[in-house]
Amino acid sequence: MSYIPHNVEDREKMLRSIGVSSVEDLLREIPRSLRFEGTLPLPPPLSQMETERELAGIAAENGAALACDSFLGGGVYDHYVPALVGATAARPEFYSAYTPYQAEVSQGTLQVIFEFQSLISRLTGMPLVNASLYDGATALVEAIWMASGERSGRSEILIARALRPSYRGVLCSHLAVSGLRLREFPFGKEGTTDLSRLKQMVSSETAAVVVESPNVFGLLEETEEAGRIAHEAGALFIQVFDPVSLAIVRTPAEAGADIAVGEGQSLGSPPNFGGPLLGLFAARAEFLRRMPGRLSGMTEDAKGARAFTLTLQTREQHIRREKATSNICTNQGLVALAAAVHLSSLGPVGLRRAALLSQERALELRKLLRESGAAFPFDGPFFREFVVRFPEESLERGLVRHLLDHRVIPGIPLEKAYPEMRGCLLVAVTEKRSRESIRRYADLVRDFADARGKGAPPDA
Amino acid sequence: MLDPVIFELHKTGRAAEHLPAPETPEEEILASIPERMRRRLPLRLAEVPELELARHYERLARRNHHVEKDFYPLGSCTMKYNPKVHERIASLPEFAALHPMLPETLAQGAIRLLGSMEEALAAVTGMDAFTLQPAAGAHGEFTGLSLVEAYFRKKGEDRRKVILPDSAHGTNPASVRRLSLEPVEVRSDERGEVSIDALAALVDEGTAALMLTLPNTLGLFESHLPRIVEIVHGAGAQLYLDGANLNALLGIVRPGDIGFDVMHANVHKTFSTPHGGGGPGAGPVGVKEHLRPFLPTPRPVREGDRWTWKHDFPDSIGPVHSYYGNFAVLVRAYAYIRHLGAPGLREVTEHAILGANYLRSLVEKSYPVPYRRAAMHEFVASAARFFQAANIRAMDIGKRLLDFGFYAPTISFPLIVKEALMIEPTETESRETIERFAEAMLAIAKEIEEDPERVRGAPYHTPVRRVNESLASRRPQLVWEDGADGEGAPSRG
Repeated sequence: MSYIPHNVEDREKMLRSIGVSSVEDLLREIPRSLRFEGTLPLPPPLSQMETERELAGIAAENGAALACDSFLGGGVYDHYVPALVGATAARPEFYSAYTPYQAEVSQGTLQVIFEFQSLISRLTGMPLVNASLYDGATALVEAIWMASGERSGRSEILIARALRPSYRGVLCSHLAVSGLRLREFPFGKEGTTDLSRLKQMVSSETAAVVVESPNVFGLLEETEEAGRIAHEAGALFIQVFDPVSLAIVRTPAEAGADIAVGEGQSLGSPPNFGGPLLGLFAARAEFLRRMPGRLSGMTEDAKGARAFTLTLQTREQHIRREKATSNICTNQGLVALAAAVHLSSLGPVGLRRAALLSQERALELRKLLRESGAAFPFDGPFFREFVVRFPEESLERGLVRHLLDHRVIPGIPLEKAYPEMRGCLLVAVTEKRSRESIRRYADLVRDFADARGKGAPPDA
Repeated sequence: MLDPVIFELHKTGRAAEHLPAPETPEEEILASIPERMRRRLPLRLAEVPELELARHYERLARRNHHVEKDFYPLGSCTMKYNPKVHERIASLPEFAALHPMLPETLAQGAIRLLGSMEEALAAVTGMDAFTLQPAAGAHGEFTGLSLVEAYFRKKGEDRRKVILPDSAHGTNPASVRRLSLEPVEVRSDERGEVSIDALAALVDEGTAALMLTLPNTLGLFESHLPRIVEIVHGAGAQLYLDGANLNALLGIVRPGDIGFDVMHANVHKTFSTPHGGGGPGAGPVGVKEHLRPFLPTPRPVREGDRWTWKHDFPDSIGPVHSYYGNFAVLVRAYAYIRHLGAPGLREVTEHAILGANYLRSLVEKSYPVPYRRAAMHEFVASAARFFQAANIRAMDIGKRLLDFGFYAPTISFPLIVKEALMIEPTETESRETIERFAEAMLAIAKEIEEDPERVRGAPYHTPVRRVNESLASRRPQLVWEDGADGEGAPSRG
């Protein structure tokens, strides 16, 4: 009787009140031919204790990952999260609440979302922010939908090849039959968008130009210039941003973005194997009635007291049905709550420290790796993440395996998404990586290279 | 007493020290970024000490209704209890701290869990394969319809029409539009089911799919389903199940066995994962064999005794999420399925149906239910008679229920019932709670006769009185605006 509160007497009383003798009588509505006769082919049920033990056992199979120093990023980052964030998100008043349709008994959720919108607005400089979307990639899909509606008659979307490949994949899946033409513009030798190529490609057909900064290689783009090129052609400029970087890096608003989207996981959420994530969506004020998703607005109650409510719902699917600005019904409310608590816990000083410390550590690792014999295909300014190229012979002799054996996860291989980047890894460093772990990473790389000189692998 | 907005708690220079200052001088670190690429805009986040902040969220928490406070009769939303043990399991660091790009060897448990969850969902629904990527029900609808679109494109058939009952969820037509397909409404008959005649007249060789909710949003089983399947499949179209009401089918009907080609499941409803004040949810999509090649990539695949990510599926629609969907939500749902197993899931459905019919039997004299048939896990009552007699709307009744400590039912939906009150108790509400709620419903019915003004002015005992929604949309204020002092005075644009 798992989580079912009735005993035999309860059931009898309920059946009597309904006027039937068994639940089976209630199932008569379902034609016999449609009934599933038999037992669902599932493993036998477990008690709660056994369930917990089994799931903990599955979790333990991932245990070795936790013993490693991880330099993985690529969109999901391991930043420090103050304890208040998790404690607040773990409150049933927040996690077991529903979408706040009844404003009078949902002021907690509604005010938190309003504060989230305000905080992201201040972070990005953009005046308009929604209550969050599924993830950064699908937020970008929504941005492109909104932009193409705004620039209707223009059917081309120009997308930087230096936009992370997971995003480009999601765009293709979502926009395959949209009637929009997705075209990629290349990056140059420096790893950043080739602005002269962009200038050649943009035209009166272009509805929007999409640039990510920091881009897939961690490099900061000339967003202002890209935005100017888009605007000169009458296209909208969509910037994909990293929220932590904005503590020190130029905001989408300063770069002239019309729409700004990003992945908000790094604001207060653990990586969770990639989900739930947090789609951030911000725009210029005139897009108000084209915005996808939910919006919490400040208003008054019948007595004139301050109150919050979901607003402008006529944009939404439950009112507008096929004419809605988007089909999105849920947001990532609880993850947005975590982001709001995170930003308020750290405050401007703390967020700036997270950005500066990450940058400090990343610069240091880059320097040490250079001293250990690694090369760097790109030299431009970056934030928190960079591309390293290890010598071909080290890779062939299993450098990555060697690092993993010594519990260092050195980064994300780029070759699959960018075949021209053989032997390159994307390396992310947050404030949580200690000086010692950075030093150890570089030492392992150097020792491995040195061992070759001596004609034997270092462990032999 | 007005609760402050976070910016009203701000005082410059008092943020907590969560992180150390960097050892390198700031200017030296910043030198790595050219001046023109740096932030110039002041970073005006709130500075609030930790205790003040904890109290702030404590105050806000108290202003929320939630499952552990009291009953949510929200029809179609299935607000059941979310077992605490799931929260503990999902927060295990070996799940929560996993990076999605880990080498497969270091994430065997996580990939295995996803693979096993796909298998479990297939077992429960009778579908042949699942993808767990969609992050919500509507995302699942989009994904499922994408698979249908890709299937017909591959076959070289041009089918643009998607038929939807007039009682369908609003997400259905909105998702259809997202695929640049054409939503076409089919009317319901006098029994509250899809009109077979109307359907037969609409379905043709240009039809891609019929999207059906089962039981439908009136809480009724479509008893003519075999005939519907015949019509849809007869024209070569696909049958899509909106799985929002799957709570009524567990162990009793498997959509995959009875003609559905594709479906989504709302994990946050049926499989008891928290709604989080609006999300995150998860909307896995299941398909029959012929649609399997089109599923999103990558897919978890078992190779001997290890699990791996397989990317190479040439007909795939590609990824629909940055990674593998809302993993942490799926962990909770998997724990739920493992705990309950086949007998437990069937009990869920039996008791969901029992509870709905019991509640209906207690209130239907005062709140007529237009379709006089046994309800599945929810039923739709009508407040139309109160509207006629006293100009009281379903919404007013919903607001008055808030005063009794309950949430409101789903109101003004489905569109085909006047002044609809869609009510779903779920299997986790006790007989006593159901009775307490019914008493409140009946008390309000009586109150409407005696003192309708009282009901029209509700709610009275909530953290705020009735909220002015039209003001909010007439003069939208979506972010906190600073006053001239820069410290966050409210203003209205």
